[in-house]
Amino acid sequence: MLRYILKRFIISLITIWVLTTIVFFLIRVLPGDPFTSEKTTPQIKESMMKYYGLDKPIYVQYAKYIKNLLQGDMGYSLKFKNRTVNQVIINAFPNSAELGIRALMIAIPIGILLGIISALNHNKAWDYGSMIVAVIGVSVPSFIIGGLLQYVFAIKLNWLPVAQWKGFEYTILPSFALALSTLALIARLMRASMLEVTGQDYILTAEAKGLPVYKIVWKHQIRNAILPVITVLGPIAAALITGTFVIEQIFAIPGLGKHYVNGIQSLDYTLVLGLTIFYGAFVIILNFIVDIIYGFVDPRIRATR
Amino acid sequence: MIEINKELFTHMGINEEYSETINRPSMTYWQDAWRRLKKNKIAMAGIVILTVFTLMAVIGPYMVKFTYNSTNLELLNQSPDKVHWFGTDSLGRDLWARVWMGARVSLFIGLAAAGIESLVGIIVGGVSGYLGGKADMIIMRFVDIMISIPELIFIILIMVVVGSGIMPIIIAFAITGWLRMARLVRGQVLQLKEQEFVLAAKTLGASSKRLVFRHLIPNTLGVIIVTLTMAVPNAIFYEAFLSFIGIGVRPPLASWGQLANTGAQVFEIYPFELFIPAVFISLTMLSLNLLGDGLRDALDPRLRK
Repeated sequence: MLRYILKRFIISLITIWVLTTIVFFLIRVLPGDPFTSEKTTPQIKESMMKYYGLDKPIYVQYAKYIKNLLQGDMGYSLKFKNRTVNQVIINAFPNSAELGIRALMIAIPIGILLGIISALNHNKAWDYGSMIVAVIGVSVPSFIIGGLLQYVFAIKLNWLPVAQWKGFEYTILPSFALALSTLALIARLMRASMLEVTGQDYILTAEAKGLPVYKIVWKHQIRNAILPVITVLGPIAAALITGTFVIEQIFAIPGLGKHYVNGIQSLDYTLVLGLTIFYGAFVIILNFIVDIIYGFVDPRIRATR
Repeated sequence: MIEINKELFTHMGINEEYSETINRPSMTYWQDAWRRLKKNKIAMAGIVILTVFTLMAVIGPYMVKFTYNSTNLELLNQSPDKVHWFGTDSLGRDLWARVWMGARVSLFIGLAAAGIESLVGIIVGGVSGYLGGKADMIIMRFVDIMISIPELIFIILIMVVVGSGIMPIIIAFAITGWLRMARLVRGQVLQLKEQEFVLAAKTLGASSKRLVFRHLIPNTLGVIIVTLTMAVPNAIFYEAFLSFIGIGVRPPLASWGQLANTGAQVFEIYPFELFIPAVFISLTMLSLNLLGDGLRDALDPRLRK
């Protein structure tokens, strides 16, 4: 088990390093420099280049960036004057995290429940109903769901605020808009996995022993069926993060995704670089944690590795 | 008590007439898959919708007397009527023409990106799985690392560097998308190459190239087709997403995501401008997902009846 954790840990570290390197050099490949658009005299430009260390050879810049990064310093944003990327993250990340966690709190329980209900009512009305919800959730992009929810519940019915992020009632629509695709994904996966478990011999054994249905479902089916759902939590987190890009844009939420998209549109390279590394590292670490949890939950993995 | 003795039984014998009759018509794997797919009404509905959309993408723009980029500043944000079947946008451009031009762009990107990334993935995965040993290990560690980087973040970054437009999108998708296919094909090839028919072909002196391309890849084709079908809606979704956040297809060129983006800016007053492209994106993704599900069932030999 320790070897397994160590192996996953080293792969995660290498991945973060590869990501950082790729991102760093991709940004440097860009034609021009970050100050081309600004009206400055050559002297000012030179001193700015010097200030940001852009006048040195690229490998020196790379070494300096990695050194700073290891100390947790991602440099200054080019568009927000006098603000470091770290400050942008500290200010904005809590909002994004809150949105993401709310979405997960909606998506995971409801998704699992829908999956269980459809599997237990295989090929009956409940099954079809839940699966229609699931297929729609997978097919309709979140920016459309967001727009639709805004139109129906905020503009037409006037029940909830259209946008902004000022209190609980502001969080309801964006959380649901973000949650729906994840919910659908989990429901589909849970259903498939439940159906697979249903055909296993140990279920037959449990039935033969005369166990009541709820005990079979709770103790044998769900426990075994939930394992594949745990493995997708990493990719789901990645999907949620990219989901926040548009949801935050649509609902005008001051989160990290909004900064990221704005940074791309205004070509704020240090911000994009820093946020990409932050997001990447976040997902990679999450995947690492999920791998370990999976190792603990599934005895088969513990035994083989 | 009945006594069981030999007189109670009669010898049936073998009826020479029936022993040679064939109960079911012999059909190839593909004929059988197609037969089963045809029975699946939901998947067929998907095919019909996709065919109609493809056809309309070809002829749709010519059905009205407006071109997709001709502006009419006297008819801004016109609701759908007899002249403009889908209305006009905020620059007075006819939305019918734009939606079907957008269909061309979106469907082309979806098919081209999915095709290219699958091709690369099949070749890399096939070679890696066939060679095995060190080469396989190196390729797969590389894939492991690359696959841990969140796909969309990577795509966004490439787009920032390469610039926006149709070709950059396809390039960005191809760079990131082949990994999953490579992993899948490799797994399949590893399984298949231990089977007897491969040994037989080897014994008969088949070359490596022939083994990979004539025996191993055709046998994984079912899985490949399903993955390919699922990659198309993925690419369409990513394109819509990128255009929606403003780094994909740029106006005056239209794509569905780009139309949704322009529509979203005015949707509180003119909701149809967002909902029309939204319906087309969703229906296309829905159809492709349903078709993918149908193909998965049809191409799975275990489900053969």
